[in-house]
Amino acid sequence: MKQAELIPHLFRTEYRKLVSVLCKLFGIEHIEIAEDIASDTFLVASELWGLKGLPENPTAWLYTVAKNKTKDYLKRDSIFAQNVSKHLQPNATTSEEIEIDLSVKNINDSQLAMIFVVCHPCNPAEAQIGLALNLLCGFGVEEIANAFLTNKDNIYKRLQRAKEKLRAEKIKIESPTLSEINVRLPTVLMTLYLLFNEGYYSSNQDITLRKDLCLEAMRLAYLLIDNEPMNKPSANALLSLMCFHSSRFDSRLNQNGEIILYQDQDTNLWNQELIAKGEYFLNQASQGDSISKYHLEAGIAYWHTIKADTKEKWKSILQLYNHLLVNEYSPIAALNRTYALAKVNGKKEAIIEAEKINLADHHLYHCLLGELYTGLDNAKAISHLQHAFTLAKSAADKMLISNKILGCKQQEP
Amino acid sequence: MENYMLLFRGSDVYQPGQSTEAFQALKQEMIHWLGDLSKKGAHVASDPLQPTGKQVSGAKKTVTDGPFGEAKEIIGGCTVIQAKDIHEAVEIAKSCPILASNANIEVRPIQKL
Amino acid sequence: MNDFLLIFRTDYNTMPKASPEEMQASTKRWMDWLGGIAAQNKLTDRGNRLVPTGKVLKPGNVIADGPYTEIKESIVGYSIVKADSIEDATELANGCPILRIGGNVEIREISIL
Repeated sequence: MKQAELIPHLFRTEYRKLVSVLCKLFGIEHIEIAEDIASDTFLVASELWGLKGLPENPTAWLYTVAKNKTKDYLKRDSIFAQNVSKHLQPNATTSEEIEIDLSVKNINDSQLAMIFVVCHPCNPAEAQIGLALNLLCGFGVEEIANAFLTNKDNIYKRLQRAKEKLRAEKIKIESPTLSEINVRLPTVLMTLYLLFNEGYYSSNQDITLRKDLCLEAMRLAYLLIDNEPMNKPSANALLSLMCFHSSRFDSRLNQNGEIILYQDQDTNLWNQELIAKGEYFLNQASQGDSISKYHLEAGIAYWHTIKADTKEKWKSILQLYNHLLVNEYSPIAALNRTYALAKVNGKKEAIIEAEKINLADHHLYHCLLGELYTGLDNAKAISHLQHAFTLAKSAADKMLISNKILGCKQQEP
Repeated sequence: MENYMLLFRGSDVYQPGQSTEAFQALKQEMIHWLGDLSKKGAHVASDPLQPTGKQVSGAKKTVTDGPFGEAKEIIGGCTVIQAKDIHEAVEIAKSCPILASNANIEVRPIQKL
Repeated sequence: MNDFLLIFRTDYNTMPKASPEEMQASTKRWMDWLGGIAAQNKLTDRGNRLVPTGKVLKPGNVIADGPYTEIKESIVGYSIVKADSIEDATELANGCPILRIGGNVEIREISIL
């Protein structure tokens, strides 16, 4: 790798490790100092490496510089040093023996501890996702602002507030106990799920950025299940779901970042390796008797990786949507269930059910009815699609709908 | 721990011609009892019912106005509790104040899916 | 919108013995029905199915084996739905698979404790 690429690459992989280890060492009240030391380390690297060429082992070099910077900081700022040593040993008075442990094990433990801090329910979900990108994935404020389609100021404020909240609540950065894992893992999984969705379903046109978000969510999910106490069925189900979804990443968007509908996708672009991984984690997830919503969604995503449009496929999908909805209502699940019902029991029955679901202000509801009426009553289909067109917000959605209207009109005798 | 459903039937306070005071008094006692169960972690959910209702029956889907059956058979409400076995569930049911008003309680284990 | 308890009843004695395949098909029918209600955002609680046996606690500390047999139809389970009126709740009960096997659904509005 060339030097110009190496530093951004190392920043992606090493910055978050340094931040996690230092945060865990210093305690929640000194998050900013940890971030400063980690950033400074990279600043020094980009200056020196440019002048003197690459060190033999760049990662080890970064770790050494970070260690020295931390020691300098502790020497310079005795109040901070005292705070840190108190944090390490409540009775300690000196800072002489503070050791900065950058072993693989401690990096791993620190990152896990940080996942649980970042995904603490004291912050709203949106703030948790922002913190995750910032502290666990090494995303800068600008990148996060791009991901959320908002400005830097908003994100900066959001991150500051979230960090302040963690400090105010005195959240400890430590490996969670087994009972804490059981209580808090659902929130952690939910945040990773939302982080993934942020990339997968975003209307952002920056495909690389969207893919990055999905990959980061998958990396964090993998970090969890790679650690035995967190290797729970629900975590495996979530990772399985992410694998199945991302297997279609290249087929579901065109070059302009616009959505290509499932039935129109080039199945040759489906990533078979990710599908196989998804199946592996789904198998792992089925050990145990609990069924989470990730199990159900992974099951639905699994059936979507099978190309053939069989009755069995849609019957299974219908049952999975039934279970999903009975556990927790969502408008999208209600619409998708009705689509599956049409595939199993025919369009006429699905129309009766669709008319009961009362989502008339949702453009996808009218898309569904447009789809169901197509072939039965094309005039009605077109009128629903036109209604959908007026309700749709994004240009990509409007484009899709107008194509459908066109298709429907061409079917007219 | 398993979940059990308690179905309350036939309390005097639900019979026609009963004073609202008697009904209110029992309601207060029931709230206390459920509060105690909650503190012990044994309470899952409770649903007191309005006295009237409807019934749909059979393949012809006949709709009739309720309540149904003898006054003594009318369900006044139900509660789901947590207990280690049916005996403990019956013991919990025994502590319910509704029994003093001539009610009976059906205790049914909930089927695991 | 108010909550309504749907109580599913059938006569256990006339219930045909089901093969595992029939059980599976029956579970699917229940899920199709509940899924349809949930798709309308009208399912408050999927509720539970009950094990056929149980105990009945009667006044005077008398404990009998359940289910409650004073009426021939026993309670096999319940769900809670949301509806604007008892008529709407009754409409939701219409597709319940218990009706196929000669059972019935009692619809009762839940009152607030």
